[in-house]
Amino acid sequence: MGIVSPGFQGRPRPAGPALPPGQYLTEDFPVLSAGPTPTVSPQDWEFVLATETGAEYRWSWPELMALPQETPTVDIHCVTRWSKRDTSWQGVSLDTLLDGVDTAAGYAVAHSYGGYSTNLPLTDLRDGRAWIAHTYEGRPLPAEHGGPARLLVPHLYFWKSAKWVRGIRLTTTDEPGFWETAGYHDYGDPWREQRYAGD
Amino acid sequence: MSAALTWRVARLAGRRVETPTAHTLLLDVPGWPGHLPGQHLDLRLTAADGYQAARSYSLAAPAAGNRIEVTVQRVPDGEVSPYLVDVYAEGDPVEVRGPVGGWFVWRTDQAAPVLLVAGGSGVVPLAAMVRARRAAGSPAPFRLIHSVRTPADALYADELRRRARDDPGLDVAYVYTREAPADWPGGPHRIGAADLTRHGWPPDRTPLCYVCGPTGFVEAVADLLVGLGHPAGRVRTERFGPTG
Amino acid sequence: MTETSYLDGNMLDGPLRELFAVDLSAATARCQTCGRAGPVGGLRVYSHAPGLVARCPACTAVLLRLVRTPDRAWLDLRGATFLAVPVPPERAGPPPG
Repeated sequence: MGIVSPGFQGRPRPAGPALPPGQYLTEDFPVLSAGPTPTVSPQDWEFVLATETGAEYRWSWPELMALPQETPTVDIHCVTRWSKRDTSWQGVSLDTLLDGVDTAAGYAVAHSYGGYSTNLPLTDLRDGRAWIAHTYEGRPLPAEHGGPARLLVPHLYFWKSAKWVRGIRLTTTDEPGFWETAGYHDYGDPWREQRYAGD
Repeated sequence: MSAALTWRVARLAGRRVETPTAHTLLLDVPGWPGHLPGQHLDLRLTAADGYQAARSYSLAAPAAGNRIEVTVQRVPDGEVSPYLVDVYAEGDPVEVRGPVGGWFVWRTDQAAPVLLVAGGSGVVPLAAMVRARRAAGSPAPFRLIHSVRTPADALYADELRRRARDDPGLDVAYVYTREAPADWPGGPHRIGAADLTRHGWPPDRTPLCYVCGPTGFVEAVADLLVGLGHPAGRVRTERFGPTG
Repeated sequence: MTETSYLDGNMLDGPLRELFAVDLSAATARCQTCGRAGPVGGLRVYSHAPGLVARCPACTAVLLRLVRTPDRAWLDLRGATFLAVPVPPERAGPPPG
């Protein structure tokens, strides 16, 4: 720990009962970005789900919109220590997209327009815990927050919720993504404070 | 240049109020190794519960022994700058690491003409170059163009006016983006090629150009300078982030 | 947003000087993707992120990533084919021994 500067408190950090350890609440929605914001119009947007055998399932924007829509309201937790309560989204459950997909894969890699990637166990995309979200607080998801569509996996740190998602590849071995190869935790459970490799 | 950097304890020795929202902090840092004009330092605050926040600040003047100066602009809703401007008291400790940055620097043995273009508080490292130039008796001709929103936002205005009169070979010009003095020719406007041509150097003088300010400002000015014929390799930039 | 969300590579110097004894912002780095060589100080650094990401100003490919954990610094330079670091000239003199 460093030398304490008297009177310095930093931003408010209430340890509310339902916040993961080490997180503070924020009202705004900070924009985190590891690169330029890709501009992808819905007309050009396509989502590809690829299995470990090479089979591909594709959805255009109108096809995604025609699928059953869900409206999750969730808390989100960023590894840079902010958490935001009761964010409301609209999107398509991964259960819907994975329905009928024949796979024995144990892992998934989400990849994005702009080159970003992140990995997670396939089971974490199932059972109503993950969505392809295109609407935030009733409006089209802004590009700086991942629009036209982002992955939403709120039970893991938010870097797993890949912005500008363009596809998910199912794999039989775990393939660490952009931050997972640079010191961040492979799984990233905020409640167990799995921030960094080895936590 | 001889060892990895470590955090050192700095204590506030005094402050100068530059504008209502910007203060210059005079810090005593035992063991400070000295620095070049244009370099910055990282400043770290630790709360009683161990929470830490760090920011980068430009060094505003040549070091005087262990005494250094940084000018801090209070950022609304910021976390560090409001503390440094409003709360931080004489004798209290912070931690600093530096100096850092060997690219955006001016060395007193450089003889080429220099164009300095500042947006807002981006003038801080450029003022450090102006001060170091005079302190070293350098004959390198300097021209400073400072873009500010209103006359009241101009950091170091009195000092720069005095130096423009007294420091041989130094010119200082202003561009006002929101509110100009009543009789100001041209009125408020964003900095443009005409300002850089009128108050800067022609490319055939091969000046070194230093541009510092918010990212959008730096982007625009660097593009203008290259468009006027200055080689990109002669345009050095330092962008400010929106962190507070 | 797109064009204004990054900083200059100059800001890498503090974090990197925690690891290295030399100033790397004045070093020349070559982009593995497009081949451009230029000063580390001229890279575009995205810092509003879980780590620092430095990208080529020409092609935006990632040259450097730096993540600071409580007890480790992770440095990934796979996007750079080399770093040329200025050092003081070697003094001429008799060989040792």
